[in-house]
Amino acid sequence: MTKLLYYPGCTLKADAQHFEESAMCALKELGFELQELERWNCCGTVFSLATDNTMFHLAPLRNLLRTREEGGDKLFTLCSMCYNTLKRANKLFNEDPEKNDKVRKAMYEEAIAYDGKTQTLHLLSLLRDEVGFDTLKNKIGKGLNGIKLAPYYGCMLLRPDGLGVDNMEHPRVFEDLIRAMGAEAADFPFRAECCGSYQTAQQPEIVAERTRLIIGSARKCGADAVAVSCPLCAFNLDQRQAIAARLHSDFELMPVLYITECLCLALGIEFKEPWKAFHYAPVDAVIRKMEKKA
Amino acid sequence: MIAWEMIYMLKEKGGLSYNTKMEIETMDIKSEFAERISEISGANLFKCYQCGKCSAGCPMAESMDILPNQIVRLAQLGQWDEIQNSNTPWICAACLACSVRCPRGIQIAEAIEAVRQICLRNRNSERRLGLSDEQIKELPPIAIISAYRKIAE
Repeated sequence: MTKLLYYPGCTLKADAQHFEESAMCALKELGFELQELERWNCCGTVFSLATDNTMFHLAPLRNLLRTREEGGDKLFTLCSMCYNTLKRANKLFNEDPEKNDKVRKAMYEEAIAYDGKTQTLHLLSLLRDEVGFDTLKNKIGKGLNGIKLAPYYGCMLLRPDGLGVDNMEHPRVFEDLIRAMGAEAADFPFRAECCGSYQTAQQPEIVAERTRLIIGSARKCGADAVAVSCPLCAFNLDQRQAIAARLHSDFELMPVLYITECLCLALGIEFKEPWKAFHYAPVDAVIRKMEKKA
Repeated sequence: MIAWEMIYMLKEKGGLSYNTKMEIETMDIKSEFAERISEISGANLFKCYQCGKCSAGCPMAESMDILPNQIVRLAQLGQWDEIQNSNTPWICAACLACSVRCPRGIQIAEAIEAVRQICLRNRNSERRLGLSDEQIKELPPIAIISAYRKIAE
């Protein structure tokens, strides 16, 4: 069993508990144990885009420092926004001497000084680079044969260039994973188009229109469900279907599953009953179909 | 320089007569506001040649009253009032599609963040989320925190 130091972030402990649980179940089957950081704080969710707001980088950097304190050099995350914020803050720390100096001075009370050496590892990179899709495919076998999943990357897994888990405009890691699970990946034009992100708080109707477009496109591509890896994308694409359905009488609900839930089903792990309650669009039918295949 | 500006200049000089000797001069456009955006975002807005790619790929464009490429042009010309009164900076979802696709390498999402920051720091537009208890219960922490972060200076 390989131990991974794990940073959950805020939402994995609240609205996305089923993401965390299903990840733990699936990764255990693949030989990984998630060991949660003893001390961690919110990463701030969004990387500060203003160059003079250095203070906002302290939160993600502190989590990277905790990893070093616990003797690790890799920090594993499930959430795309945590991944993005942690990774960008580390790049800034290592490449911008002026900001490096500022944040070091602000963290003078820490037990050890941060050395910039914590690497952030996302679930998709782990499965591709450390498990390997061929190994995964051999382990899964027929898996989800006959199921078509629409891979939804969103923004923060891919952008900005060079920081994402894959090529920014032509990513394939999600598709490759879906194929390794035995399922078919829908060629889905909205896979890297923003869901509206945080605007869901103040402009839920705009986000619901995005949801309608994205879900509608997945449906046209013949997908059985949309697969996601970000808790905010999941909320927007799933819960905001309620508003989309209210505004458009022809809108049909579509299940939105975390990629780890799909992976559990592909590995023959039971889809736990309490996970269903976190979903808005009913998932029963698609889960039955997936269970029968696996 | 766009066409109407050039015609205007020719008229000013009493040009556009039959034996026109056309004189083209370069005019330095300076905008304090664009420079302030540059300071905060690191984006050089004067590199823009108005191809419109940022607006074409913007997932939120249809809800904006001024498109991202127009924001850049207005900033170049120092039209702060128009930008300040626009909903665009508050509709942007910071998805970075514009920044990574700009053929001139202008960090447009970062520039829009700078516009938000200038508004917030000037205290001339009070921004509150004003979420009801019901909304707070419904929204995941990730949505509430990120939405607050975007109205924090």
